[in-house]
Amino acid sequence: MYAAPFSYHRATSLEEAVRLLQDLGQETRVLAGGQSLIPLMKMRMARPAALVDINFISGLNGIHESNGELRFGALARHAEIENSTVASAIPILHDCAAGIADVQVRNQGTIGGSLAEADPSGDWATALLALDTSMICFGPGGQRTVPLEAFIKDAFTTVLAPDEIVTGVHVKLPPQGSGGAHLAFKRSAPVYPTASASVELTLADHDMCTDARVVLGCVGLKAIRAKEGEAALRGKALDEKNVRAAVEAARAAADPQSDMRGSADYKRLLVGTLVRRAIGIAARRARGESVPAGHEYAGR
Amino acid sequence: MRHGEREENPSQRGMNMPDAKRILVRVRVNGEAREAEVEPRTLLVEFLREHLNLTGTHVGCDTSYCGACTVILGGRTVKSCTLFAPMADGGEITTVEGLGNDGKLHPVQEAFAECHGLQCGYCTPGLLLSTVELLKKHPKPTDEQIRKGIAGNTCRCTGYQNIFKSIRMAAAEMEKR
Repeated sequence: MYAAPFSYHRATSLEEAVRLLQDLGQETRVLAGGQSLIPLMKMRMARPAALVDINFISGLNGIHESNGELRFGALARHAEIENSTVASAIPILHDCAAGIADVQVRNQGTIGGSLAEADPSGDWATALLALDTSMICFGPGGQRTVPLEAFIKDAFTTVLAPDEIVTGVHVKLPPQGSGGAHLAFKRSAPVYPTASASVELTLADHDMCTDARVVLGCVGLKAIRAKEGEAALRGKALDEKNVRAAVEAARAAADPQSDMRGSADYKRLLVGTLVRRAIGIAARRARGESVPAGHEYAGR
Repeated sequence: MRHGEREENPSQRGMNMPDAKRILVRVRVNGEAREAEVEPRTLLVEFLREHLNLTGTHVGCDTSYCGACTVILGGRTVKSCTLFAPMADGGEITTVEGLGNDGKLHPVQEAFAECHGLQCGYCTPGLLLSTVELLKKHPKPTDEQIRKGIAGNTCRCTGYQNIFKSIRMAAAEMEKR
């Protein structure tokens, strides 16, 4: 399959990338890893007139810890995050990075590209909304920081101006006593999940939940924070009654569409099950247990 | 399958025809410097097959699923149907043609031949390259590591049992050397 013709422009600095975006006009797209954009272009669902390739800009990759934050360069690839010791110290990040598509896609796809693409089936927005995440954006007016929750407006739509690019993703390190999990269910490795759920809990005295985030993926036009589900856990004991209330609230917050991956009813049930499992794993991890988790698919 | 249709503005189509001028892509493939001038939309797999005549890399699904087009770019496996050729400019590429040496098969190739790790052979170039990278990372892979390592490669003939045998044999052989 061939993408529609486009002109290709290679930026070697952020300033050059922004200038190209300004000069080339609104039908221009930024090219990072290309693992979402290129398939869309091949299917002619996207036909930009021009691409600005940012892969040759140095300093846009890397992962490091600074000032109580984990800082990802926009071009940090899923595989680098999967294999990063600092990132893997936060289990929810490792769950997410290690299960996106397959080895080859993880070797090429980037965290910044995935979030800027804002595909409602992407994993990163779901996992990162369970933590305090900021998007670092660069445009003609310089740099600005946007909370992830405000960054993604709708399916495939962000607050990025046409001449603005994502340069980094900053994630606040969770407090002591926290644990999280990102679970996703998919038919096979290379496909997008049917549904996903991310839960991050902070526990006191093993059972008292002092803070909770519950996020649902693939069941709406963007990742959904199930805030009533969070309220059902926050400040309460993590017992069966409260967990059940959180799961029911999460199911109610889901807004899935029927498609080839499953009916809306099926996805609503599935996402609740994922939330229930994620709460259990997050709690065990918050208590210091090491628990493997992540994407589930046939043949795994 | 990827989804999510983007809105287009048909009134703008044709008015603003992109300047799709050909650009020079220079790479090192299997140790040899190669170059060609191509349209930017040329996929890396087409660049290898049609412009450099390296037809060992196969186009399978052409949708980033099956992994038949897997090549090693800069030390990491990628699906060459999901990269535009200019993205690989200046890169070091290994294709299946680069695995053997002077007519002698790579141990991974030998193991696939020995264990009947292929039937029709269409997926094999991709599986060989994924295996080479898997064994670099995990010289003695567990079954789980093998499953995860080749999850991006689809074989519709073998049922994977013999592919697992091949990978285990290749690991054992490479450890001896």
